[in-house]
Amino acid sequence: MTALGILLVLVLLLVVFGLLFRLQILTSIFSGSSNREIGTSNRVNAILFLVFLIVGGAAFAWSFADSFDAMNPPIASVHGHALEKMFWTTMVILGIAFVLTQVLLFGYSYKYQHREGRRAFFFAHNNKIEIIWTLIPAVVMAALVFAGWKEWTRITGPAPKDSVVIEVMGKQFGWLARYPGRDQKLGVVNYRLIDASNDFGLDLSDQSSLDDITFSSGALHIPKGHPIMFKIRSRDVLHAVYMPHFRVQMYAVPGMPTKFWFTPTLTTEEMRAQTGNPKFTYELACNQICGRGHFAMRMEVIVEEPEDYIAWLSQQKSFSSQNPEILANLKKKAQDQKTIGVTAPVGPAATAAVQSATPASL
Amino acid sequence: MAANIPTNAQAQGGIGVSVPHTEHEDHLHNDEHHEQSFISKYVFSTDHKVIAKQFLITGIFWAILGGTLSSLFRLQLGWPEATLEWLTPVLGKWVEAGKLNPEFYLALVTMHGTIMVFFVLTAGLSGTFSNFLIPLQIGARDMASGFMNMLSYWFFFISSVIMFSSLFIETGPAAAGWTIYPPLSALPQAIPGSGAGMTLWLVSMALFIVSQLLGGVNYITTIINLRTRGMSMSKLPLTIWSFFLTAVLGLLAFPVLFSAALLLIFDRSFGTSFFLSDIYIAGQALPNTGGSPILFQHLFWFLGHPEVYIVIMPAMGMVSEIMATNARKPIFGYRAMIGSLLGISLLSFVVWAHHMFVTGMNPFLGSVFMFLTLIIAVPSAVKTFNWLATLWRGNIRFTTAMLFSIGFVSLFVSGGLTGIVLGNAALDIQVHNTYFVVAHFHLVMGSSAFFGLFAGVYHWFPKMFGRMMDEKLGYIHFWLTFLGVYLVFLPMHYVGIAGFPRRYYSWTGFDTFSQFADLNKFISVAAILAFFAQFIFIFNFFYSIFRGRRATENPWQSNTLEWTTPVVPGHGNWPGAIPAVYRWPYDYSKPGAETDFIPQNVPFSQTQSSNMPYEREMAD
Repeated sequence: MTALGILLVLVLLLVVFGLLFRLQILTSIFSGSSNREIGTSNRVNAILFLVFLIVGGAAFAWSFADSFDAMNPPIASVHGHALEKMFWTTMVILGIAFVLTQVLLFGYSYKYQHREGRRAFFFAHNNKIEIIWTLIPAVVMAALVFAGWKEWTRITGPAPKDSVVIEVMGKQFGWLARYPGRDQKLGVVNYRLIDASNDFGLDLSDQSSLDDITFSSGALHIPKGHPIMFKIRSRDVLHAVYMPHFRVQMYAVPGMPTKFWFTPTLTTEEMRAQTGNPKFTYELACNQICGRGHFAMRMEVIVEEPEDYIAWLSQQKSFSSQNPEILANLKKKAQDQKTIGVTAPVGPAATAAVQSATPASL
Repeated sequence: MAANIPTNAQAQGGIGVSVPHTEHEDHLHNDEHHEQSFISKYVFSTDHKVIAKQFLITGIFWAILGGTLSSLFRLQLGWPEATLEWLTPVLGKWVEAGKLNPEFYLALVTMHGTIMVFFVLTAGLSGTFSNFLIPLQIGARDMASGFMNMLSYWFFFISSVIMFSSLFIETGPAAAGWTIYPPLSALPQAIPGSGAGMTLWLVSMALFIVSQLLGGVNYITTIINLRTRGMSMSKLPLTIWSFFLTAVLGLLAFPVLFSAALLLIFDRSFGTSFFLSDIYIAGQALPNTGGSPILFQHLFWFLGHPEVYIVIMPAMGMVSEIMATNARKPIFGYRAMIGSLLGISLLSFVVWAHHMFVTGMNPFLGSVFMFLTLIIAVPSAVKTFNWLATLWRGNIRFTTAMLFSIGFVSLFVSGGLTGIVLGNAALDIQVHNTYFVVAHFHLVMGSSAFFGLFAGVYHWFPKMFGRMMDEKLGYIHFWLTFLGVYLVFLPMHYVGIAGFPRRYYSWTGFDTFSQFADLNKFISVAAILAFFAQFIFIFNFFYSIFRGRRATENPWQSNTLEWTTPVVPGHGNWPGAIPAVYRWPYDYSKPGAETDFIPQNVPFSQTQSSNMPYEREMAD
C-alpha cells in the first residue's frame, strides 16, 4: 500500500515537472527570449560560477578543517613521520595551484561573461608566457620527484643487519605470522606441504625450521625501536599488507616473496596514553581485493617494549614442538627411505626430495 | 601575437600540397537519393553519423546501468547496518537475510568499473564523437571504410550483449575488480565470479578490443587520407587531433590487453602457468609453478594507463573546441595544445608501473616510473593554463556545453593535482588502493570525461538531430551534476587520507577505519542524488530528439566545417561539393572582421579587412 502511495506521488511529481517544463517553454516563446541569442540566463550562470567559487570554496575549507584530525590517524614509525611531512608539504603546493587555477577559472568566467558590443581579445599565443608556465611546473615537479626519490630509496633500501625478521603470510581470509626462533633463521617452506595442521607448509626436515614459531591466529607482536623486517608472501591469491599507522604497504604475492622494513616508534600502551583512547590497537589490513572476506582480513598488531617482547617470545612454543606427529612422520619416512637404500636427505635439500616424494596429486 | 598560427609557409603548403581529396570524388557520393530500407539506414548502417548515434545510445544505456550499480554499493557503504530486504525483488538471492552478499558487492564494484571505463567512456565517448566528427570536421563524405566502421559498432554490440548477460548467471558476474588481477580472476575456487562470469568478461573484452581496433584503424586512416582540400594537419581542429592520437594510443595499447586476456584464458582453461605459482587454495595445492601475477599487472597496465588517456583526450579536444567557440576567442596556444597532446600520448606509454609501486616490483623501477610519471604533469598543466588563457578577455556565452567545458577544467585540475601525490612512490605507500585513489581517478578521468561527453552532446546535438536541447534543463542538469560530483569526491579524499581501503564491503570491523561513518553516509546521499539528476539529461535528450526547438545550420556561430553542412546532413554530408579549407578553425573575434567568427571555408580574399600581414599574400 505504501509502495503504491510512493509510486503515485512520484508519478504526480513527474507530471508536475512535465507541466512546468512545458510552461517554461511557452513563456520563453511568448516573452521572445527564445529568439534572443544571449538572454539573462547567461548572466545568471556567470553569477552562479562566482557563488560556486566563494560558497563552495568556503564550504570546502570548513569541511577540510573540520575533518583534519580524523584524516590524520597517529603515526608510529620512523619513516612514517618523514612521509607525513612530505605528504602535507606536497599538499600545500598542490593547494596553491588548486586555489590559483580555480579562482582564475571561475573568476574569468564571471568577469568575461558576454556583454553586448564587446569583442573578445584576439590572442592566439605568446611564446614567452607559454615557456614560463611550462618551466614552472617542470621545476616544481623536479623538486617533488627528487624529495620523493630520496625517501623512496631510503625506505626500500636494505634493512639494517640487526632487524627483527618476521614472516607475514596472507591467505583467504586471514593473516599468519612466523618468527624464526632461536636460530634467527626462517626455515624452508614448500607450498605443497600445506595442510590443515601445517598452515605454512613448513619443511621440518630443514634444521632451521625446527624452532620456527607460527601463528595462525591472534595478534602480531613486535618490539618498539627496532627495525622490523617483514618477509611477506601469500599462499593463494594476491593480498596486501597494509598498516596505516606505520605507513607500511606491500603486496603479498603467491610465488614471489616480498619484503618491507620499518621501525615502530610507539608501543601500543604509549599510543593509548597519547590518543587518550584506552582501546587503541594497531591493525594490519588487507588492501588488495582477495575475495569474499577481503574486508574482514584483520590482524591486531601489538608493539611492546623490547624486554616485554623478548619475554613474550620466550614463552612461545615452536611449531615442531606443538606438532610432534609431523616430525615423527618425517623421521619415519626418512627411515623407510634408508631401508630401501636411499640416503636420508638433510637440510634444505630435503625440500626437493619431499617435493618429488609428494607428487602434484596432494 | 603577430606570429599567428598558420604561418605563411605552412598555410601555402597546406593549400598546395595536401590535396588528398580529389575533385572527381565530390559528385560520386551523396547516397541520399538512393532509397534505403530501415535496416540498412538505421541498423546495419555504414553512415558514420548513424554509427555515432548507435554508439551514443548504447553508451547511455551502459551509463545508466553503471550508475545504478554504483548507487547499490553506495547504499551498502553509507548504511552498512541497514537492511536491504526491499532490494530482493531486483537482486534476488544476492540479498541474504537483508544483507548484500559480499561477493556480489565485489561484483558490483567490478562491473561498475568495467562498464564505465570501457563501455561508456571508451566506446560511448570516443566511439560517438570520433565517428560523428572526424568526417564532418575534416571535410570527408564518410569514414575510409564505412563497412569496417559498421563492424566496429556491431562487435561492440555483441561484446555488450555478452557482458550484460554475465550479470544474470548463477555464479554472478566477474568480481575480481575491473583490473581482474590473477590469481583471484583465474581461480573459481577463490571467488565464484571467477567462474563463468569471468569467462564471459574475457570473451566480451576480446570482442570489445576487436571493435576498438576496427574503429581505430578507420579513424587514423580517415584523418590521414581524407582531409579536404586545404585541410593541412596544422589546420585541423583540436578535436580531430585528440581523436587521432586517441586512436593511435588505442591501436598500440589494446592488443597488449588482448594478449593479457588470452594468456589468462589459457591459465584458466588450459592449465598453463603464466600468472600462477605456488598456490594452495580450497584445501588443495595447485600444480602450477613459475608464473607471475605481477607479469599480468605489467601487461594490464600497459594498456590500463594509456586507457585513461584514451578516455580523457577526446574530452580535452572537444572542450578546447567548445571553449574557443563560446569564449569567442581563438584557443590559446594551438601548437602548444597539439604539442601537449603529443607529449601526453608519448609519455602515457612509459608510466604504467606507477600503479605497481608496492607490488614488490624492484624499487629501482619504482624510481624510474616515479620520474616519468611526474613529467606527464607538465603537458597537463600546460593544457590547463591554455584553457584559462582562452577564457581571459573572452566574451563568454554560457551555453550548456560551455558550462560543462568549464566544469571539465575545474574537475580535471582538482583530480589531476592529487595525481602528483600518487605518482610519488614514497607517498603512494600510504595512499595506494585507498579512497584517495578512488577520489583521484573519479575526478580526473571519470567525472571529467563524463563532463566532456555531456559538453559534446549538448554542443553537437543540433548537428546530430537537427534540433536543440532545452537550455534551461541543461543548466539545471549541469549545476546539480557539478555540485554533486564535488560533494561526492572531495570528502572522499579525506576518507582516503585516513587510509580507508577501497573495495571494502564494510569498514566497521576495523578501529582504524571506523571514523567517518557520517561522511560515508553523506557521500552516498550526494552520489545517489547526482545519479538521479542524470535523468534530467536523459529526458532532455530523448524529448529534444522529437520535440526540441528546430536548429539552424550553425547555431553556435562556429568555424569548423561540420556547421557548413545542412541542418541534418544526409549520407555524404554535403549535398554539393565538399568545401575547401583556407584557414585554421579559430578565427574568432579577429580584429577588423565584420562578424566575430570566420569559418574555415572562407578564403582570405573575402576577408581583406581582417587579414594579418602574412595572410594578405594568400588572398591574391
